[in-house]
Amino acid sequence: MLVTPALLWTLLFFVAPFVAMALLSLNFQAEGGMTVANYSQFFTNPSYYRAMVNSLQVTGMVTLISVLLAYPFAWILAEQIPPRLQRLALLLAILPFWTSYVVRSYSWLLVLAQNGVVNDALLRTGLVTEPLQLANTRAATIIGFVHFFVMLLTLTIFASLKQLNPSYRKAAADLGAGPIRSFLYVILPLTLPGVVVGAFLTFVLAIGDYITPQILGGNNELLMPQLIMMQIGRRGDFPLASALALILMAVVTIAYIACARWLKIERT
Amino acid sequence: MTEALVEMKNISHNFGRVGVLHDVSLTINPGSYTVLLGPSGSGKTTLLSILGGFLVPRKGSVLIRGQNCTAMAPARRPTATVFQDYALFPHMSVGNNVGFGLRMKGVIKSERNRLAQEALAIVGLSDAFRKKPHQLSGGQRQRVALARALVIKPAVLLLDEPLGALDLKLRRQMQDELKTIQKQVGTAFVHVTHDQEEAMALADHCVVMNQGRIEDEGTPERVYARPATRFTAAFMGESTLIPGDVASVTGNAILINTAFGSFPIIAEAAEGAAVTLAVRPEHMRLIRDSRSVTFGTAQVTAVIFQGSFKRVLAESNSRVGFMFIARIPAEHDVSVGDTVTPCCHIEDLIVLAK
Amino acid sequence: MRVYMKFFSAVYALAVYAFIFLPVAVLVVFSLQSTAFPIPPFTGPSSRWYEAVLNDPRLTSALFNSLAVAIISSLVAVALGFLSAWGFARFTLPGSAVMRGLITLPLTVSYLIIGMGLLVIFNMAGVPKNLLAAGVGHVVINLPLCFAIIYSQMGDHQINIERAARDLGATEAKVLWLVTLPMLWPAIFASLFLSMTFSWDEFVISFLLTRFDTTLPVEIWNLLRSGLNPKTNAVGSLVFAVSVVAAIIFELILLRRRPA
Repeated sequence: MLVTPALLWTLLFFVAPFVAMALLSLNFQAEGGMTVANYSQFFTNPSYYRAMVNSLQVTGMVTLISVLLAYPFAWILAEQIPPRLQRLALLLAILPFWTSYVVRSYSWLLVLAQNGVVNDALLRTGLVTEPLQLANTRAATIIGFVHFFVMLLTLTIFASLKQLNPSYRKAAADLGAGPIRSFLYVILPLTLPGVVVGAFLTFVLAIGDYITPQILGGNNELLMPQLIMMQIGRRGDFPLASALALILMAVVTIAYIACARWLKIERT
Repeated sequence: MTEALVEMKNISHNFGRVGVLHDVSLTINPGSYTVLLGPSGSGKTTLLSILGGFLVPRKGSVLIRGQNCTAMAPARRPTATVFQDYALFPHMSVGNNVGFGLRMKGVIKSERNRLAQEALAIVGLSDAFRKKPHQLSGGQRQRVALARALVIKPAVLLLDEPLGALDLKLRRQMQDELKTIQKQVGTAFVHVTHDQEEAMALADHCVVMNQGRIEDEGTPERVYARPATRFTAAFMGESTLIPGDVASVTGNAILINTAFGSFPIIAEAAEGAAVTLAVRPEHMRLIRDSRSVTFGTAQVTAVIFQGSFKRVLAESNSRVGFMFIARIPAEHDVSVGDTVTPCCHIEDLIVLAK
Repeated sequence: MRVYMKFFSAVYALAVYAFIFLPVAVLVVFSLQSTAFPIPPFTGPSSRWYEAVLNDPRLTSALFNSLAVAIISSLVAVALGFLSAWGFARFTLPGSAVMRGLITLPLTVSYLIIGMGLLVIFNMAGVPKNLLAAGVGHVVINLPLCFAIIYSQMGDHQINIERAARDLGATEAKVLWLVTLPMLWPAIFASLFLSMTFSWDEFVISFLLTRFDTTLPVEIWNLLRSGLNPKTNAVGSLVFAVSVVAAIIFELILLRRRPA
């Protein structure tokens, strides 16, 4: 059978690990013992659920800022730039995608460091007298994420603006809507599903990412992926790490269901 | 003579280096149903876009009710368009779609809904107010688009191939409705199509376009029966085309020599000019009577039964390869191989300048 | 009004471009630094850090490890993805919707969690941490992608052409080799390219599943421990350059072939 190898691969290296993690997180014993201690630990230990709160806050901010930055940018690319230059403009806009993930975060560290480019410029222009603490903050994590997701969202929003049937715009203009009302009543509502899908993607990718907060945010406050890695790395506490990973997955699943439901309502 | 509602004067336009309209002038009368007819690339849709304000012509002017609208934005000019793909806003209910133009004018909600409901009633969709566009059939969407354009009471309503997306049967049905609605509301309609049957069914004023120029315009009856040019004759339906030249001119009559004999016809042409005589298939007869002029004899090569009539192709016996096309009543008995006498009444001969 | 709009659009777009390019520009510029810290003032240009990268056996071997893992894991992912897409498109299998869902499921799970799950069962099974384990992980994340891309390109049209080929007497092998593969070539190539990119850039799975021999992103991560260092800039710039060149080649090969 043609399908068998792929199915086996998925079962062996994706489903089985999950089952293993689930069993481990419950401290499952072959003799029959089982406990939810790892889960209750998450809800009772403030430093654990604080990581989840941090993760949600950071991811929420990242998603919001990225959408707000990317939408006007995508709109300008799609509507204000002559069509023959659009492809080039878009390619330029996503060029830094091609830097390696680790390197991208490191580059922001260079920019935001105590004696980095931004502080250097601020000191030279005399805007500040002391270098600002930019790296190793929540703001740095957010900037690093936003940088990546602005590119991603520009792509998805640009695509949904381009897919929009041009006669909608013509019809709105024909019926007396100026550019602003045409945008508010027609273009924005019609591109909203594309924005929501992009925002969901941003949320999922950002909340599961370890590198950006680890490099840019430092260890002042932990996000969920950092917390999970800490259990694996320093403490070797696989059961707890498994429980935390499954909780993180549950959050993503909830976001997915909310997003899917909203899209479904929107379509009818 | 009523005063013209729309005057398009000496319009020329080009896309890049390609000229699409060459010095086109068109007048539209109040309450008329004008159809712009032509093959794709003839410039008919461009002309409509210029009238609707979606394009500003390189040369020429557009006057609506005497006011120069050439560069006025679509939002501000008194036209409304029914788009080829309808362009109904998918996220709004039918009622909100129809009320959109009124909302933009600042009409309050209750009044807007009342007028939208009224417009929907005109197009026969009173119960669709709360539905979403995707819940409607193609024909229904087309009516909503019509209602949405009508409700803002435009001076001219523009329809860009509005029936193109519908199947043949529905298209014929919608033609009848469009005509009825147009007479009922009295708004001038300008309708673009490449379907000559649709044009003949709808138009008061039929404008035939080709390669960026108006080839012919007039009542559909006149344009069909007495086309001004060869292109119009061919585009309005098939005919038998007989080449010839003008042998002599006597007063308002001319004598035309052809391979099938000489025919005296009331028409204007210069002596020696090359012309074409056209005969519509329904005028071509296969059995002569006392008023007929004949074109020699011919042998039937094909008989195609088409319901109420038969289409007959016959090859001339005197000129190899020359085909006569006739449309005869279905009950006439003709079969392949029969020898016939193609002929027609002299007044059915159409003289076309080459 | 329209003039203001143009003006604000231009300013806004330039600001976003500046934001997007700022870190890359800083990375590349300070990779040419001649002193030991990649911070202002700029002291270059110098190629000393590039030489340092090329003379660092850990980095060069990590580069080859990365390439090997990317190529091999992508080929496996594409092969498995193609076979399953072909199977689902040609035969109606019982529960095929569920199985398709299962194969695409890993797309929605974060790499960290996939990596961790693999670490857990490899530990249980006593499989040592090495590049092979990381490669297995990369197949897990890329297989659903390859499957989704190739499956989406397999319409009824393709199936009918295959039927026609079989009808004309082609054997199964010939149908596959002469009809199916050439027809799906763009989708196969695209999924291979995407898989290689993701594998090449993947960090967390490799980080969890390798120990001594490792991939380039992990080695770069190790470099980061020494703080800001122009050597990291140089290796980052090199990776960036290679990726951009690869992307351009991809664009040329795939998109130019398509009729306009």
